[in-house]
Amino acid sequence: MTARGHVAISCKKLRKQFVLRHTRSMKEAVVWLVKGRKGDLSKKFMALTDVSLEVKQGETVALLGLNGSGKSTLLKLISGVLQPDGGTVHTRGRVAGLIEVGAGFHHDLSGRDNVYLNGAILGMTEKQIDDMFDSIVEFSEIGEFIDTEVKFYSSGMYLRLAFSIAVHTDPEVFLIDEILAVGDEPFQRKCIAKIKELSEKGKTLFVVSHDLDLVSTVCERGILLEHGEVIMDGEVHEVVAELRSRTAA
Amino acid sequence: MAGSTEEMIRPGQGRGLLDVYDHRFLLKLLVRKEIKVRYRGSVLGLLWSYVKPLMQFLIYFVALGIFLNLQRGTPNYAIYLFAGIVLVNFFTESLGNATRSIVDNRDLIRKIYLPRELFPVATVWVSAAHFLPQLVVLIGACLIAGWTPTVVQLAAAILAFVLVSILATGLGLLFSAANVYFRDSENIVDMILMVVTWASPVLYVWTMVKDVMGSWYWLYQLNPMTVAVEIFHWAFWFPTLKDDQLELASMPPDLMTVWLPVAFLISIAVLFVGQLAFRRSAVHFAQEL
Repeated sequence: MTARGHVAISCKKLRKQFVLRHTRSMKEAVVWLVKGRKGDLSKKFMALTDVSLEVKQGETVALLGLNGSGKSTLLKLISGVLQPDGGTVHTRGRVAGLIEVGAGFHHDLSGRDNVYLNGAILGMTEKQIDDMFDSIVEFSEIGEFIDTEVKFYSSGMYLRLAFSIAVHTDPEVFLIDEILAVGDEPFQRKCIAKIKELSEKGKTLFVVSHDLDLVSTVCERGILLEHGEVIMDGEVHEVVAELRSRTAA
Repeated sequence: MAGSTEEMIRPGQGRGLLDVYDHRFLLKLLVRKEIKVRYRGSVLGLLWSYVKPLMQFLIYFVALGIFLNLQRGTPNYAIYLFAGIVLVNFFTESLGNATRSIVDNRDLIRKIYLPRELFPVATVWVSAAHFLPQLVVLIGACLIAGWTPTVVQLAAAILAFVLVSILATGLGLLFSAANVYFRDSENIVDMILMVVTWASPVLYVWTMVKDVMGSWYWLYQLNPMTVAVEIFHWAFWFPTLKDDQLELASMPPDLMTVWLPVAFLISIAVLFVGQLAFRRSAVHFAQEL
């Protein structure tokens, strides 16, 4: 069991700015330089202005907010896909993102090949995948289709396999972005049960979802983001209620 | 549990090519995937890796060897030609695909953190896998022509291959990173690849260049590809020649003692610069793609 109390994720004064670039060609960049850098080549957009938060090991945190509030950006900073423009992120232990499942899938490979490829992408070793393989296939309910090319899968099968690989990667910290809406209802229930099981094992969960009812059953703590700032951090039901009252107004 | 005692780390801080070594299992899978996917749905499959260079060889041989009559001055011109072509093919395929590798894998790079060096490095490995069948054809042709290489020559050929791999990886890192910001890079690389075949003695003989450049010949020799191609000639073409033919053929002076080390230095410098540029820009890949 993971001892509670250690910090799993620590963000300090995070700032992230995106450049909305207009030009993609060397010609325009050169012309801009020759003209003495007049005008702005790009437009900037602040995704996160000043975010500080700490997540302890074993906590289950829901990141809430409307579209464009910076939730996904924050997850990407924590996973290391993006680097902050200011402030620092620190994590402890292996972090795996269930960010848009199936990103590492290749359509022309069989389910089996994709399990290995995706498992390795998510940081598993060869031995871990070998050991987990049967369990992954069983959980995904793919059965005999595991040797079929993924392009022939139905979208449900595809998501089930991807989710199944992701939950078997066994990291200390799980980042989950909007993937609880996987498959049909029985499978969804199974996913939620699996996620609860992970949290009982002491895994740290960091969940982004718009399904407010669902996150309040899975998570204990809620963090509300608006325009790149944390405006509320507390018990999940209170935060959900706050978000609901804000959107209703 | 180990997790609670581990140090806090900053995510997304790579160690460059060293990370690739730690992820060699993933590298292996990526390479295998590319090889599987390359000829998907084709009847001939991997045979295309033989057919294409053979076609290319035939064109050059007929046009240059027969029509321009280069084979008169160069004994076993066919082998001379093919030895250079396979090596240049390896280089052009590596560099061309490496340049596109980051942009092609943007879906993955935008969503999951991986050492990004994996992608250009994987393309070089894939090209090496496609180089092998061509090498088999080359060796087959050499054996028919009575090839008797020395151990030193074989070792030199391996070194030349390593040299080209290093150069292609270095340039691949550099241009794949540049390609994220400016898609012009693809065109620049296409141009480089066009020049490469002609900037090393693949189709003609090095003495023709020396006759023209005179005391400036060392400039031509600074190109690591030139050195690598010459070493391939020395390893594959030279040992097929008979005693009377050897009078017509010659190798540049100091090839192994001076030019091979120089070429290695240049390639390693390129790799170093490529890695440096790649690392500096890699942190922004996800938002720029």
